[in-house]
Amino acid sequence: MPEKFDVIVVGAGLSGLSAAYTMVNKGLNVIVIERGDYPGAKNVMGGVLYRQPTSEVFPEFWKEAPVERPVIEQDMWLLSDASAVKAGHRSEAWAREPYNAFTVLRGKFDAWLGQKVADAGALIVPGTTVVDLLRDGRGRVIGVRTNRPDGDLLANIVILADGAVSLLSEKIELHTRWKPNQLALAVKEILAPPGKSDERAKIIEERFGLAPGEGLTIEMYGALTKGMVGTAFLYTNKDTLSFGVGALLSDYAEFKQNPHALLQIAKQHPALAPLFAGCEVREYAAHLIPEGGYDAIPPLFADGVMVVGDAAQLCNGLHREGSNLAVTSGKLAGETAIEAHNKGDFFGKTLSAYAAKLNDTFVIKDLRKYRRASQHMEKNRQFFTSYPAMLNNMATEFFTVDSVPKREKQWKIFKMAGNKLKIAADLWGLFKVVK
Amino acid sequence: MHVVVCVKQVPDTTQVRVDPVTNTLIREGIPTVVNPFDYYALECALSIKARFGATVTLISMGPPDAVKSLKKCLAYGADRAVLLTDRAFAGSDTWATSYALSAAVRRLSQDEPVDIVICGKQTIDGDTAQTGPGIARHLGWQQVTYSTGVEHVDPDARTITAERKLERGKEIVRTTLPVVVTVVEDAPEIRYASLPGIITSLRYTPETWSVQQVDVELANLGLKGSPTKVKRIFAPPQRSGGEVVSVEKAGLVDAVKSAVDVLHTQGVL
Ligand SMILES: Cc1cc2nc3c(=O)[nH]c(=O)nc-3n(C[C@H](O)[C@H](O)[C@H](O)COP(=O)(O)OP(=O)(O)OC[C@H]3O[C@@H](n4cnc5c(N)ncnc54)[C@H](O)[C@@H]3O)c2cc1C
Repeated sequence: MPEKFDVIVVGAGLSGLSAAYTMVNKGLNVIVIERGDYPGAKNVMGGVLYRQPTSEVFPEFWKEAPVERPVIEQDMWLLSDASAVKAGHRSEAWAREPYNAFTVLRGKFDAWLGQKVADAGALIVPGTTVVDLLRDGRGRVIGVRTNRPDGDLLANIVILADGAVSLLSEKIELHTRWKPNQLALAVKEILAPPGKSDERAKIIEERFGLAPGEGLTIEMYGALTKGMVGTAFLYTNKDTLSFGVGALLSDYAEFKQNPHALLQIAKQHPALAPLFAGCEVREYAAHLIPEGGYDAIPPLFADGVMVVGDAAQLCNGLHREGSNLAVTSGKLAGETAIEAHNKGDFFGKTLSAYAAKLNDTFVIKDLRKYRRASQHMEKNRQFFTSYPAMLNNMATEFFTVDSVPKREKQWKIFKMAGNKLKIAADLWGLFKVVK
Repeated sequence: MHVVVCVKQVPDTTQVRVDPVTNTLIREGIPTVVNPFDYYALECALSIKARFGATVTLISMGPPDAVKSLKKCLAYGADRAVLLTDRAFAGSDTWATSYALSAAVRRLSQDEPVDIVICGKQTIDGDTAQTGPGIARHLGWQQVTYSTGVEHVDPDARTITAERKLERGKEIVRTTLPVVVTVVEDAPEIRYASLPGIITSLRYTPETWSVQQVDVELANLGLKGSPTKVKRIFAPPQRSGGEVVSVEKAGLVDAVKSAVDVLHTQGVL
């Protein structure tokens, strides 16, 4: 007879660990099954972790956790083939408590978090893949089957926190297989400047104009994604840089782009190349990101089961947010499991409280707000192609001093914009999508 | 039957680099792993347990952090794990280490007499292959080195039959218990740990023994108990690339000719 737990969590990412931590702190008997050799082993996010939502589950985590740098500046670049229009915001207030966000390497961060959750009393089983869910005669989820000998386990509730692909929620028919335009593929490198750790940190601070310990982020739109709906991103870590490019999975096929080549070409853009001078590639990795938006969110619960984080397509690509949606959904699913445990009722009706609670949070509210964003971008590729190029041309004209009288220059720039009605319509369309 | 497996937690040497200036090992940030040869030793023990019945105990000497490796190994189906950890052990060479481990084996024998001690052929950080034989000498037991597996254990006759790997071929030996066996990488690979095994190991806390728990002379431990002194560590000089004779450019016959010439002038042929 397989051992029985109160709750089995599949996946030791942010959503799964948040759920587990919430539950063990209330005394539930929780086991977390993770495919990677340790929590974080399979994670590619070298990205931005937000302080407030994360500390709702892990108070003051940044005091002990391996975070890289507090983010004090967030930039956005619009790129043409050889130039860039840059905008951003910097605030020294973000260098102090209460911080806004940190750059992290999730491989390290999740390993730390996993240990914390294990110390709190959850059993974390690494190197083990859940291959199927066990169901009783009436279809209710009652446990999991792993790829190990004697690998079945039983539980009152299974929480699916298995990330973007989530084959398990597909297996129990909560959704059909994601379409290629419901997922983005990001490829990323960790780049290390030359020297020892403190020398590398110094080089990064000099190149990016940062005070010791401070960090910044750059999101890039335009030429780097070669017409595909996507972005490039650059984050400063303690002594390395995370640089990556992501685009809709469907677009790679349509535009015949090879993700690795795309990244290598992007690194050579004249606005970026000097920032990477002398850097050595430490790591290369690829991962999927849910991009289906609100309409792709599967049913979040069924009898004996809840779905959280990326597995439930809870990701807001437009704002580079996923970790916070993962933590928040994990926490609410954990709380719902505690209530179900206290009631001794694990049917869908009780677990529906999770979906109801999530509806009231920024998670669902934001995703509903941006419901059409992804499709809109797919249909309006000019936002990734002609507009960034046009803006760069305009800026070049504007900043070039060539004895042309300013009135003439302005008229020239005005004409560069081409069809104003089309632009006005596009801007209005964009406004409607994000309003 | 009581089988003891010796396990060492080592730096992942595939990631260790030598500082070209100071000639010391850069250990900063290098993850630790179970010495890969020890997995073959463990599998050998588990296979004895499965075929002939045995208690399998793991012992390791190392820093407190080495409980990690013991827990990891326990998941495969061992019954008990003991870590020898004490400042007094630090800096021990292979002589002092095998002395300490043999004392631990004696201590374990008080609970259930130990019949077989199994070690990996060598460690990937020291590469000496001396610890296993050292334990045998300290205990005054038989030893079977470079074994590819234990074929048979006869508890009544108190013998084992094991296969040894030789430079050319193999050898099957029978010897009497108690015995120390060291296992090579041609032995069967470690089985896949079962889920209950892993869960058991997650809940298990290995015992930790200091010098108090084992019968040892302090003078025989650590740096001062170690006859080996490390004089210098250095990276071997980089070898220059060999000569390339292109068949495409020279044609097959001439290429072979000039290759043979080179071998002649270098005295290889
Ligand atoms: C390149 C990249 C950059 C990103 N940048 C940011 C950013 O800057 N800010 C932000 O907020 N978000 C970012 N994200 C999104 C963010 O990483 C995710 O939204 C978040 O990690 C989701 O957490 P999760 O717990 O749901 O899934 P994950 O963190 O992916 O965890 C899922 C876990 O489940 C395990 N697993 C999967 N299947 C099984 C199985 N069958 N059995 C056992 N275990 C299984 C996996 O190994 C994995 O550990 C980024 C994503 C990528 C790929």
